[in-house]
Amino acid sequence: MEYLLLIHSETNSNAEAMPEAARTQMLGAYRAYTEAIQQSGVLKSSNRLRPAASGTVVRVRNGKTEVHNGPFIETREELGGYYLIDVPNLDAAMSWAARCPGAAYGTMEVRPIWPMGEY
Amino acid sequence: MERSPAAEAAEAAARRSYGKLVAFLAARTRDVAAAEDALSEAFAAALADWPRNGVPRTPEAWLLTVARRRQIDAVRSRLHAEAASEQLVLLQDLEEPDDDAGIPDERLRLLFACTHPAIDDGVRAPLMLQVVLGFDAATIASAFLVAPSAMAQRLVRAKAKIRDAGIPFEVPPRSAWAERLDAVLAAIYAAYAEGWNDAGADPARRNLAAEAIWLGRMVVELLPDEPEALGLLALMLYAQARLHARRDGAGEYIALGEQDVALWDGALIAEAEALLLRASRHGQPGRYQLEAAVQSAHSVRRHGRPPDHAAILQLYEALANLTGSPVAALNRAVATAEVHGPRAALAAIDALAGEPRLQDYQPYWAARAHVLALCGRRDEAASAYQRAIGLERDDAVRRFLQRRAERDAGPAPHP
Repeated sequence: MEYLLLIHSETNSNAEAMPEAARTQMLGAYRAYTEAIQQSGVLKSSNRLRPAASGTVVRVRNGKTEVHNGPFIETREELGGYYLIDVPNLDAAMSWAARCPGAAYGTMEVRPIWPMGEY
Repeated sequence: MERSPAAEAAEAAARRSYGKLVAFLAARTRDVAAAEDALSEAFAAALADWPRNGVPRTPEAWLLTVARRRQIDAVRSRLHAEAASEQLVLLQDLEEPDDDAGIPDERLRLLFACTHPAIDDGVRAPLMLQVVLGFDAATIASAFLVAPSAMAQRLVRAKAKIRDAGIPFEVPPRSAWAERLDAVLAAIYAAYAEGWNDAGADPARRNLAAEAIWLGRMVVELLPDEPEALGLLALMLYAQARLHARRDGAGEYIALGEQDVALWDGALIAEAEALLLRASRHGQPGRYQLEAAVQSAHSVRRHGRPPDHAAILQLYEALANLTGSPVAALNRAVATAEVHGPRAALAAIDALAGEPRLQDYQPYWAARAHVLALCGRRDEAASAYQRAIGLERDDAVRRFLQRRAERDAGPAPHP
């Protein structure tokens, strides 16, 4: 089954705001985690996201396009990145979520993928 | 919040006698879930009654009487007259105990029911924690890293299995002893290991380790002549003795060989030593006695002596042969490094490289990295350390491994 592991972290804990040593440690931990999950053969894809403040919101209402700068919703926690994995079950997905450095700094959300064409 | 003496008495009774009362109520009907429901209603009734009328002289007997009445009501409302009558006879036949000492201790039977071979082995430890200790499903789910809804479902299913499959509430005959007692001990050790792994930050899990020791003590009390029960308790006590030496003031992880022995709990170690000695007099070595003996060999550091590595290697050798477990084989390989040097250890670790159960096992990669570094193969050590770091859950252990990687294998390679 495929699961999306979403990394939610506090907006002010993003890498830029951290002291140098802690940032090096965290980035090293992420690099090691990404390699381990890759070598384990379960990783489909993963990405880190730039801060929510760099986002742009687009919607179309009554045929009119609206564009706004900044995050969709102002929150204390924001989506910082994700890992898409293919594992046998939720327990395996949770075990990878717990190993993600994001679990120690923020919160991991484990969401099962809803395959296209399945109702 | 200020709590009333009655609330405290009810809570104390709950902690002390939960398992005993569940065991007693469930032993006849084999319906653990119904026994738990009845008992939780009895505790609620106690919280309402005791503040007004005072704590009864025999709180357990009081709780049992109320719980049994609730259980009888539940059977009446749930089952048709005919099906109910059999259950009611069972329940009404229970003798009304007039004091707490009159309630027989049937927790051992309950432990054997929870760890019956017909129960999926992944749920045995959680089931035991719930029915013997009264842990709720959400707490157990967190400790075992399982979704709370899934854990609740597994527990419900396991209890239905006990009821519907006719799993006996009995201490099995001697002939079935080895396998059945082993399942009880394995479940206790699984609970301990879950608590121990996370001794770092989460107090609920640290509590889990203490509860497992409590269960270990109970089994030893009920079966004082079982060497493996003694061995398991000794093993847990050795590990528990080092609880405060495993992290420094800043919460950083400290490896066993570098721990400050002054922080080890001497009383717990002495108790473990005495248990292990008592176990060894039976002349029946087993998994837990061997593991406890390894801990004993490490604990001589307390007297300023280095650990006896040759003895440790021998113990792991025996353990690997006895259990056939890849983790024991890994420990044997690591112990080899101290006695026969890193090259021999690396050969032993290489021999385990194809073992699928070790592929995502952090200690395998950390051990491999350590031994590669000792052999002077820094680049390979660096990438094995990377793998170990990537597989670790605990941030403090991760930082420890990162420091080791820095020390033994230079700066981490950049992709």
